[in-house]
Amino acid sequence: MAPQIVVEGLTKRYWIAERSPGLLGSVRGLIRRHHRELRALDGISFSVERAELIGYIGPNGAGKSTTVKVLSGILVPDSGRCQVLDRVPWQQRIAHVRDIGVVFGQRTQLWWDLPVIESFELLRDIYRVTHQRYKSAKDELIALLDLESLLDVPVRQLSLGQRMRCDLAAALLHAPSILFLDEPTIGLDAVSKLAVRDFVKQLNRSRGVTVILTTHDMDDIEALCDRIIVIGSGKILCDGTLAELRARVSRERWLIVDLAQTDVQVNDPDASIVRHEGHRVCLGFDPQQVSPAELIARVTARYAVRDLFVENPPIETIVARLYATQADEAAMKTAK
Amino acid sequence: MKPYIAILTARFRTMLQYRAAAVAGLWTQVFFGLVLIMIYEAFYASSDLPQPMTFAEVASYVWLGQALLALLPWNVDTEVRAMVRSGAVAYELCRPLDLYNLWFMRAVAWRTAPTILRAVPMTALAMFVLPWIGLEEWRLQIPSLTTGMAFAVAIVCTLLLSCALTTLMNITLLWTVSADGATVMLTVLVTLFSGMVIPLPLFPDWAQPILMALPFAGLVDLPYRIYSGNIPTSELPRVLAHQIFWTATLVFIGRWLLVRGMRRIVVQGG
Repeated sequence: MAPQIVVEGLTKRYWIAERSPGLLGSVRGLIRRHHRELRALDGISFSVERAELIGYIGPNGAGKSTTVKVLSGILVPDSGRCQVLDRVPWQQRIAHVRDIGVVFGQRTQLWWDLPVIESFELLRDIYRVTHQRYKSAKDELIALLDLESLLDVPVRQLSLGQRMRCDLAAALLHAPSILFLDEPTIGLDAVSKLAVRDFVKQLNRSRGVTVILTTHDMDDIEALCDRIIVIGSGKILCDGTLAELRARVSRERWLIVDLAQTDVQVNDPDASIVRHEGHRVCLGFDPQQVSPAELIARVTARYAVRDLFVENPPIETIVARLYATQADEAAMKTAK
Repeated sequence: MKPYIAILTARFRTMLQYRAAAVAGLWTQVFFGLVLIMIYEAFYASSDLPQPMTFAEVASYVWLGQALLALLPWNVDTEVRAMVRSGAVAYELCRPLDLYNLWFMRAVAWRTAPTILRAVPMTALAMFVLPWIGLEEWRLQIPSLTTGMAFAVAIVCTLLLSCALTTLMNITLLWTVSADGATVMLTVLVTLFSGMVIPLPLFPDWAQPILMALPFAGLVDLPYRIYSGNIPTSELPRVLAHQIFWTATLVFIGRWLLVRGMRRIVVQGG
């Protein structure tokens, strides 16, 4: 079967008007403006099969949202090929958006002043969903997302977590086969994050909805995604499973130690100090070189320790390293 | 049509919530109406020359202007502007709807809801309260049935013309983001050349052909003069032709611009 989404060599540039700071700069800007080209997408290629759940990650400004907006037919790219369900999103926008659902975590698609249920009914009319289909979809979503008590509340009075649950339902009333989630857990508390994750997982596993999820939350990725695409400065840096990503960048793990005193210098032959702030020291180590148990034993024997725990470096660090290695490789190539 | 009607009614209902603003606006407009009428009364009293409009016609014209002020396309749709600024416009583009039609329908609700809130009390005041307190000459005339019906048809076309202009302004947001420049220019053009400030027949003779050819006359002057009897109902087809021609032209320009705007659209923010 052909992939649901095919992207090849997608490029999107923005022009940013730059202005020198200060009053003089503003005046100068009236006469002559400097534009700087920003490559939001610089030759992106990937393909997605039906019912995949993909984490699309990268630092701010890497081009995640731009990709989602191109795939959902909102933005027109400068060059490259893109087919979603055998359609070119921006050329057949109206037919295309009928089959996709989109949630932008930072904004709501619900009508601010209307009760939630009225937003749902509006969306039913907008997507021309039959009453029968609407009813079954609505009832199912209400049950899954526990929305019953929220239906008559105006959207502006909902908490962020409640609103996000309603937004998810709103994006799915027309039973799309692909769902784009742009930072759906941003700003949510732990309980709401879990609710969103469980729901997305269930949607993907039991209904076979393809999900493309952009996020900064590593836990989202770990809980949900089979496959991760990392993007940085408009280029794909890595495309594979989470384990592959970690293996490729570094096997490093972190041992975080809370010391009893602040003025102690921590040293260990098998670990490097990532950070040292007050009581807290972050040691980076390679688990193949030294086992966590061994390192912990050594550290606790040598220093007065109040607390300690082991964690994976956050995704930002991984991505930053990934990007640094990529830049090094590029530099090597030009040097040759 | 159903999706568009659904959006229209939803917004209409939301906008009807702004009753306090309508009441506040009402008193401002009563005041302005009275001031304008007093100015015209002085003007008519100071001249013996025959004028292109009678004082009674001008009085009706002024009150209609106050009652239907909200119909004037003098600003961009603030909701659309907020969406373009914040990037929420992305959701508008995720709907299986024609964006032009969607924004046009938004404009219809945006213009009609406040108009209805103001027009009803304003008409009651100008038509019945003024004669009751002894200001018979300042009143809004009660039209004959044929005149009333001709006016009703013309004012529907005014609404369409007004919404076509509003939508066109909304589309310029795709280039300017804030549209403040376009708004300032258009506010001046619309209020002056529609006849909202001074009825167009009172402009110099040499300006008449230009004023009548511009789209703005169809917003205020032509329908109001039908109401007041200054333009006989037999002339209605010509008025409608003017309004429909300009509505169609503006819709065409708007659609053309929108296609171009969509290609270069930048969704603001993360």
